[in-house]
Amino acid sequence: MAEVDESSKPLFAGLSDVSISEDIPVEGEISVPVDSPTQDDEYSTLDEPVKETILRDLKAVGKKFVHVLYPKKSTALLRDWDLWGPLLLCVTLALMLQRSSVDSKEDGGPQFAEVFVLIWFGSVVITLNSKLLGGTISFFQSLCVLGYCILPLTVAMIICRLVLLGSEGIVSFIIRFIVVIVSFGWSTFASTAFLADSQPPNRKALVVYPIFLFYFVISWMILTFAPSSSSSTKTVGH
Amino acid sequence: MAAVDDLQFQEFDDAENLLAVNHDATTISIGDSNENSKKQRKSFRNVPKDEDDDLLGNEESDKTELLAGQRKSAPFWTFEYYQTLFDVDTYQVLDRIKGSVLPIPGKNFVRLYIRSNPDLYGPFWICATLVFAIAISGNISNFLLHVGGPTYHYVPEFRKVTIAATAIYCYAWLVPLALWGFLMWRNSKVMNIVCYSFLEIVCVYGYSLFIYIPTAVLWIIPLEWLRWVSVVCAMCLSGSVLVLTFWPAVRDDQRRIAVATVSAIVILHALLAIGCKTYFFDPPEAGNQIQSPLPSTSNVTIKSASQKT
Repeated sequence: MAEVDESSKPLFAGLSDVSISEDIPVEGEISVPVDSPTQDDEYSTLDEPVKETILRDLKAVGKKFVHVLYPKKSTALLRDWDLWGPLLLCVTLALMLQRSSVDSKEDGGPQFAEVFVLIWFGSVVITLNSKLLGGTISFFQSLCVLGYCILPLTVAMIICRLVLLGSEGIVSFIIRFIVVIVSFGWSTFASTAFLADSQPPNRKALVVYPIFLFYFVISWMILTFAPSSSSSTKTVGH
Repeated sequence: MAAVDDLQFQEFDDAENLLAVNHDATTISIGDSNENSKKQRKSFRNVPKDEDDDLLGNEESDKTELLAGQRKSAPFWTFEYYQTLFDVDTYQVLDRIKGSVLPIPGKNFVRLYIRSNPDLYGPFWICATLVFAIAISGNISNFLLHVGGPTYHYVPEFRKVTIAATAIYCYAWLVPLALWGFLMWRNSKVMNIVCYSFLEIVCVYGYSLFIYIPTAVLWIIPLEWLRWVSVVCAMCLSGSVLVLTFWPAVRDDQRRIAVATVSAIVILHALLAIGCKTYFFDPPEAGNQIQSPLPSTSNVTIKSASQKT
């Protein structure tokens, strides 16, 4: 062993004398570049026109809408989560659900803020619930999925508004009822298709039930949406 | 170096002997040396670890009050602490719900179902479901009652959801807090009282509200006698579960105080049910009263028309 030490000594002995001359540029990265192509993209997206940026985001949102409408067990929604889609859907739904300022004398439908808070607060509570029960999904991924799965209900709201423009009798109620039931089932099915895998197996029902309650309440608000009172006083009439 | 000794098979001596030879050696003691640690552990044996001792009401249970049954030791500001409060499986939640509606005399809900694993999933989501069940059922029943009336315009009464939520969550959290504080105070006076932790009391109250969910759905039917019958049945079932749970905790106290506590529990439970029924559900006579002005107005118009001619 001593011989090795002695022979290795001259190898490392001179190391302390090595100095880097100043005209040799020393540069580089110690970290392993994982996504080096995207680094270039980030720099170049600053220079692109705004239209391109917006269109790219809109395309991403649109792609996720398609994923929701045809729910398969894919991870695309979870991988590239974004909250633009949920915001868009939530604002649209809240704008359509708010009561007009005319009938403020009575208890009416929800205000814009109430619907908005209900949707976001409900999503946060459900996400916390699934995380506390031991789910492996991240906070924002879950918010993203829950927000995107409101799409069928928003479509149902639009259809209900159109039906209410036509008539207000029992027939329109039956049509609206069927539309809302179908979209409620669609939303719940889509969200469980995306979220089910990340839950512990013997607690799946505990996680699915709050999602069911959440979409049920939103469906109830859509179904009981009553148009402003000015139109109904015409029918009551003298 | 004792090279020769290393090659021979040596019986392993006790740790003390080996350490006497070589003070710097690290020794792992297995087997015999457990006697030493057992002697040390005897002094800690006085603190009961299993829940049967809690029934006897040991003094130590007072000190381990908030952690009673929770063997997890995460501090309350970490996420892991709250995860331990949601450590239930689906079948456990269903069992607890079943236990809250079927009172078995002699069996304690806390001991039988909760078993030192109180959860917050049940109380929170049962209260949320109850809030929406009452608001939606009240809305439907009022609609069915008044539909067809001339002055009735359907409104989804969204304000009532917030009122229902406030009332029910206050009941489910403030009453257990008051009850827990009261039991703590009595426990300081009378030593041998069964002690429940705050979370266990919240758990019992949360699950006992489950019976009101189907009751609220039943209240849609606008028959007054049916509503009263269902509310009395629900109150009896869940009230008896509450009484069976808390009677062992107060029976060792003075008779008067024990009876007063139990009757306060039952009265508050009844008040919640009757209050919800009265506020959210209009009595069926109101529907008939709105119909009756119709003939009088039509009589007035006929009279004025005949007078003109």
